Amino acid sequence: MFVESLVLSGLLFVIGMAGVLLRRNAIVMFMCIELMLNAVNLTLVTISRFVGVEAQIFVIFVMTVAAAEAAVGLAIIISIFRHYSSVDVRNFRLLRW
Amino acid sequence: MDLAQVVFYFSAGLAVVSSITMITRKNPVYSAMFLVVTLFSVASIFVLLGAHFLGALQIIVYAGAIMVLFLFVIMLLNLGHDFEPDVRGRFRWVFVGGMALVVFAEIVTALRTIPESAGTDLLTPWLSERGAVAGVAEPLFRNYAVAVEVTGLLLLVAMVGAVVIAKRRA
Repeated sequence: MFVESLVLSGLLFVIGMAGVLLRRNAIVMFMCIELMLNAVNLTLVTISRFVGVEAQIFVIFVMTVAAAEAAVGLAIIISIFRHYSSVDVRNFRLLRW
Repeated sequence: MDLAQVVFYFSAGLAVVSSITMITRKNPVYSAMFLVVTLFSVASIFVLLGAHFLGALQIIVYAGAIMVLFLFVIMLLNLGHDFEPDVRGRFRWVFVGGMALVVFAEIVTALRTIPESAGTDLLTPWLSERGAVAGVAEPLFRNYAVAVEVTGLLLLVAMVGAVVIAKRRA
Protein backbone atom coordinates (compact mmCIF):
# COMPACT_ATOMS: atom_id res chain seq x y z
CA MET A 1 0.00 0.00 0.00
CA PHE A 2 3.06 2.26 0.42
CA VAL A 3 4.04 2.60 -3.24
CA GLU A 4 0.43 2.70 -4.42
CA SER A 5 -0.48 5.66 -2.24
CA LEU A 6 2.65 7.55 -3.32
CA VAL A 7 1.63 7.01 -6.94
CA LEU A 8 -1.93 8.07 -6.09
CA SER A 9 -0.68 11.29 -4.53
CA GLY A 10 1.37 12.00 -7.65
CA LEU A 11 -1.69 11.38 -9.81
CA LEU A 12 -3.88 13.70 -7.71
CA PHE A 13 -1.22 16.41 -7.86
CA VAL A 14 -0.98 16.14 -11.63
CA ILE A 15 -4.76 16.22 -12.02
CA GLY A 16 -4.91 19.36 -9.89
CA MET A 17 -2.16 20.95 -11.98
CA ALA A 18 -4.00 20.09 -15.19
CA GLY A 19 -7.15 21.66 -13.75
CA VAL A 20 -5.34 24.91 -12.96
CA LEU A 21 -3.95 25.02 -16.50
CA LEU A 22 -7.17 24.00 -18.27
CA ARG A 23 -9.87 26.02 -16.55
CA ARG A 24 -10.60 29.73 -16.76
CA ASN A 25 -12.98 29.92 -13.80
CA ALA A 26 -11.02 31.39 -10.89
CA ILE A 27 -12.98 29.45 -8.25
CA VAL A 28 -12.42 26.09 -9.99
CA MET A 29 -8.70 26.92 -10.32
CA PHE A 30 -8.68 27.62 -6.62
CA MET A 31 -10.35 24.27 -5.85
CA CYS A 32 -7.66 22.56 -7.94
CA ILE A 33 -5.02 24.21 -5.76
CA GLU A 34 -6.74 22.70 -2.72
CA LEU A 35 -6.56 19.31 -4.46
CA MET A 36 -2.82 19.73 -5.00
CA LEU A 37 -2.31 20.60 -1.33
CA ASN A 38 -4.25 17.45 -0.46
CA ALA A 39 -2.01 15.33 -2.68
CA VAL A 40 1.03 16.64 -0.81
CA ASN A 41 -0.70 15.80 2.48
CA LEU A 42 -1.22 12.26 1.22
CA THR A 43 2.50 11.92 0.49
CA LEU A 44 3.37 13.13 3.98
CA VAL A 45 0.90 10.76 5.64
CA THR A 46 2.28 7.87 3.58
CA ILE A 47 5.91 8.45 4.52
CA SER A 48 4.98 9.06 8.18
CA ARG A 49 5.09 5.27 8.65
CA PHE A 50 8.86 5.35 8.17
CA VAL A 51 9.91 8.85 9.20
CA GLY A 52 7.79 9.08 12.33
CA VAL A 53 4.81 11.08 13.47
CA GLU A 54 6.45 14.42 12.61
CA ALA A 55 5.18 14.09 9.06
CA GLN A 56 1.61 13.98 10.34
CA ILE A 57 2.23 17.13 12.37
CA PHE A 58 3.42 18.82 9.21
CA VAL A 59 0.11 17.85 7.60
CA ILE A 60 -1.74 19.72 10.37
CA PHE A 61 0.24 22.88 9.55
CA VAL A 62 -0.42 22.45 5.82
CA MET A 63 -4.15 22.15 6.53
CA THR A 64 -4.11 25.32 8.64
CA VAL A 65 -2.27 27.28 5.98
CA ALA A 66 -4.71 25.92 3.37
CA ALA A 67 -7.65 27.16 5.42
CA ALA A 68 -6.13 30.62 5.82
CA GLU A 69 -5.28 30.71 2.14
CA ALA A 70 -8.84 29.70 1.18
CA ALA A 71 -10.30 32.52 3.27
CA VAL A 72 -8.01 35.20 1.81
CA GLY A 73 -8.24 33.86 -1.75
CA LEU A 74 -12.02 33.75 -1.76
CA ALA A 75 -12.10 37.28 -0.34
CA ILE A 76 -9.91 38.38 -3.26
CA ILE A 77 -12.24 36.59 -5.70
CA ILE A 78 -15.28 38.35 -4.19
CA SER A 79 -13.48 41.68 -4.45
CA ILE A 80 -12.57 41.03 -8.11
CA PHE A 81 -16.14 39.94 -8.87
CA ARG A 82 -17.43 43.25 -7.53
CA HIS A 83 -15.16 45.04 -9.98
CA TYR A 84 -15.59 42.94 -13.16
CA SER A 85 -18.90 41.06 -12.49
CA SER A 86 -17.11 37.86 -13.55
CA VAL A 87 -14.68 35.27 -12.20
CA ASP A 88 -13.29 34.42 -15.64
CA VAL A 89 -9.54 34.98 -15.65
CA ARG A 90 -9.68 36.29 -19.23
CA ASN A 91 -11.15 39.50 -17.86
CA PHE A 92 -8.37 40.14 -15.37
CA ARG A 93 -5.88 41.79 -17.71
CA LEU A 94 -4.66 44.80 -15.78
CA LEU A 95 -1.29 43.20 -15.03
CA ARG A 96 -1.08 41.06 -18.19
CA TRP A 97 1.18 41.82 -21.11
CA MET B 1 -6.11 -9.50 -1.01
CA ASP B 2 -7.47 -8.50 2.36
CA LEU B 3 -10.18 -6.00 3.19
CA ALA B 4 -7.82 -3.06 3.74
CA GLN B 5 -6.45 -3.41 0.22
CA VAL B 6 -9.95 -3.64 -1.26
CA VAL B 7 -10.95 -0.44 0.54
CA PHE B 8 -7.69 1.21 -0.51
CA TYR B 9 -8.11 0.47 -4.22
CA PHE B 10 -11.78 1.47 -4.11
CA SER B 11 -10.95 4.81 -2.46
CA ALA B 12 -8.00 5.43 -4.76
CA GLY B 13 -10.09 4.78 -7.87
CA LEU B 14 -12.90 6.94 -6.55
CA ALA B 15 -10.44 9.76 -5.78
CA VAL B 16 -8.91 9.72 -9.27
CA VAL B 17 -12.24 9.43 -11.10
CA SER B 18 -13.97 12.14 -9.09
CA SER B 19 -11.02 14.53 -9.35
CA ILE B 20 -10.95 14.10 -13.13
CA THR B 21 -14.71 14.70 -13.16
CA MET B 22 -14.15 17.77 -11.03
CA ILE B 23 -11.82 19.49 -13.50
CA THR B 24 -14.08 18.72 -16.48
CA ARG B 25 -17.51 19.84 -15.18
CA LYS B 26 -18.68 23.22 -16.44
CA ASN B 27 -20.84 23.99 -13.41
CA PRO B 28 -18.68 25.09 -10.45
CA VAL B 29 -21.20 23.63 -7.99
CA TYR B 30 -20.68 20.16 -9.50
CA SER B 31 -16.92 20.70 -9.32
CA ALA B 32 -17.21 21.50 -5.62
CA MET B 33 -19.33 18.39 -5.01
CA PHE B 34 -16.84 16.12 -6.78
CA LEU B 35 -14.01 17.74 -4.82
CA VAL B 36 -15.89 16.75 -1.64
CA VAL B 37 -16.01 13.14 -2.90
CA THR B 38 -12.26 13.26 -3.57
CA LEU B 39 -11.53 14.65 -0.12
CA PHE B 40 -13.62 11.93 1.52
CA SER B 41 -11.74 9.20 -0.38
CA VAL B 42 -8.40 10.72 0.62
CA ALA B 43 -9.64 10.83 4.23
CA SER B 44 -10.41 7.11 4.13
CA ILE B 45 -6.92 6.47 2.74
CA PHE B 46 -5.50 8.52 5.63
CA VAL B 47 -7.31 6.19 8.04
CA LEU B 48 -5.99 3.13 6.21
CA LEU B 49 -2.43 4.47 6.45
CA GLY B 50 -2.68 4.82 10.22
CA ALA B 51 -3.43 8.55 10.46
CA HIS B 52 -6.80 8.27 12.19
CA PHE B 53 -6.76 11.75 13.66
CA LEU B 54 -5.82 13.34 10.34
CA GLY B 55 -8.62 11.45 8.61
CA ALA B 56 -11.12 13.00 11.00
CA LEU B 57 -9.43 16.40 10.64
CA GLN B 58 -9.58 16.12 6.85
CA ILE B 59 -13.34 15.58 6.93
CA ILE B 60 -13.97 18.30 9.53
CA VAL B 61 -11.67 20.99 8.14
CA TYR B 62 -11.70 20.35 4.39
CA ALA B 63 -15.07 18.78 3.64
CA GLY B 64 -16.75 20.63 6.49
CA ALA B 65 -15.29 24.12 6.59
CA ILE B 66 -13.34 24.91 3.43
CA MET B 67 -15.84 23.38 1.01
CA VAL B 68 -18.73 25.17 2.72
CA LEU B 69 -16.77 28.39 2.21
CA PHE B 70 -16.33 27.57 -1.48
CA LEU B 71 -20.00 26.70 -1.94
CA PHE B 72 -21.00 29.86 -0.06
CA VAL B 73 -18.92 32.01 -2.40
CA ILE B 74 -20.25 30.22 -5.50
CA MET B 75 -23.82 30.77 -4.36
CA LEU B 76 -23.10 34.34 -3.24
CA LEU B 77 -21.69 35.26 -6.64
CA ASN B 78 -24.58 33.40 -8.31
CA LEU B 79 -22.28 31.27 -10.50
CA GLY B 80 -24.46 28.15 -10.48
CA HIS B 81 -26.27 28.94 -13.74
CA ASP B 82 -25.85 30.68 -17.13
CA PHE B 83 -22.15 29.90 -17.05
CA GLU B 84 -20.11 30.09 -20.22
CA PRO B 85 -17.87 27.12 -21.03
CA ASP B 86 -14.52 27.98 -19.53
CA VAL B 87 -12.43 24.91 -20.44
CA ARG B 88 -9.61 25.89 -22.76
CA GLY B 89 -9.22 24.73 -26.36
CA ARG B 90 -7.80 21.64 -28.09
CA PHE B 91 -4.19 22.81 -28.37
CA ARG B 92 -4.13 23.58 -24.66
CA TRP B 93 -5.34 20.03 -23.85
CA VAL B 94 -2.41 18.49 -25.73
CA PHE B 95 0.03 20.85 -24.04
CA VAL B 96 -1.41 20.16 -20.58
CA GLY B 97 -1.48 16.40 -21.20
CA GLY B 98 2.20 16.36 -22.14
CA MET B 99 3.11 18.56 -19.23
CA ALA B 100 1.11 16.37 -16.83
CA LEU B 101 2.99 13.28 -18.06
CA VAL B 102 6.35 15.01 -17.56
CA VAL B 103 5.47 16.23 -14.06
CA PHE B 104 4.09 12.81 -13.09
CA ALA B 105 7.28 11.12 -14.26
CA GLU B 106 9.28 13.65 -12.27
CA ILE B 107 7.22 13.02 -9.12
CA VAL B 108 7.56 9.24 -9.45
CA THR B 109 11.31 9.56 -9.96
CA ALA B 110 11.61 11.78 -6.91
CA LEU B 111 9.49 9.47 -4.75
CA ARG B 112 11.55 6.43 -5.77
CA THR B 113 14.42 7.83 -3.72
CA ILE B 114 12.39 7.21 -0.54
CA PRO B 115 13.68 3.93 0.86
CA GLU B 116 10.76 1.60 1.43
CA SER B 117 12.17 -1.59 2.86
CA ALA B 118 15.12 0.02 4.65
CA GLY B 119 12.99 1.88 7.18
CA THR B 120 11.35 0.23 10.13
CA ASP B 121 7.74 0.89 11.03
CA LEU B 122 7.97 3.80 13.48
CA LEU B 123 4.33 4.80 13.43
CA THR B 124 2.42 1.74 14.65
CA PRO B 125 4.24 1.26 18.01
CA TRP B 126 4.13 5.01 18.65
CA LEU B 127 0.39 5.25 18.09
CA SER B 128 -0.50 2.02 19.87
CA GLU B 129 1.42 3.24 22.91
CA ARG B 130 -0.20 6.68 23.09
CA GLY B 131 -3.44 6.49 21.13
CA ALA B 132 -4.45 8.21 17.94
CA VAL B 133 -4.93 11.74 19.31
CA ALA B 134 -2.24 11.88 22.00
CA GLY B 135 0.32 10.43 19.60
CA VAL B 136 -0.10 13.51 17.42
CA ALA B 137 -0.84 16.04 20.16
CA GLU B 138 2.16 15.26 22.35
CA PRO B 139 4.90 16.26 19.89
CA LEU B 140 2.66 19.02 18.48
CA PHE B 141 2.39 20.86 21.79
CA ARG B 142 5.82 19.92 23.10
CA ASN B 143 8.33 20.18 20.25
CA TYR B 144 6.32 22.40 17.91
CA ALA B 145 4.67 24.77 20.39
CA VAL B 146 6.19 27.87 18.78
CA ALA B 147 4.97 26.79 15.37
CA VAL B 148 1.46 26.32 16.79
CA GLU B 149 1.52 29.87 18.16
CA VAL B 150 2.75 31.28 14.86
CA THR B 151 0.02 29.37 13.02
CA GLY B 152 -2.57 30.88 15.35
CA LEU B 153 -1.21 34.32 14.51
CA LEU B 154 -1.41 33.43 10.81
CA LEU B 155 -5.08 32.51 11.19
CA LEU B 156 -5.77 35.83 12.91
CA VAL B 157 -4.02 37.76 10.15
CA ALA B 158 -5.87 35.78 7.48
CA MET B 159 -9.21 36.48 9.16
CA VAL B 160 -8.55 40.23 9.41
CA GLY B 161 -7.22 40.27 5.84
CA ALA B 162 -10.25 38.45 4.46
CA VAL B 163 -12.62 40.88 6.17
CA VAL B 164 -10.69 43.92 4.92
CA ILE B 165 -10.35 42.66 1.34
CA ALA B 166 -13.97 41.52 0.96
CA LYS B 167 -15.39 44.66 2.57
CA ARG B 168 -17.39 46.91 0.30
CA ARG B 169 -15.77 50.28 -0.21
CA ALA B 170 -17.75 52.95 1.62
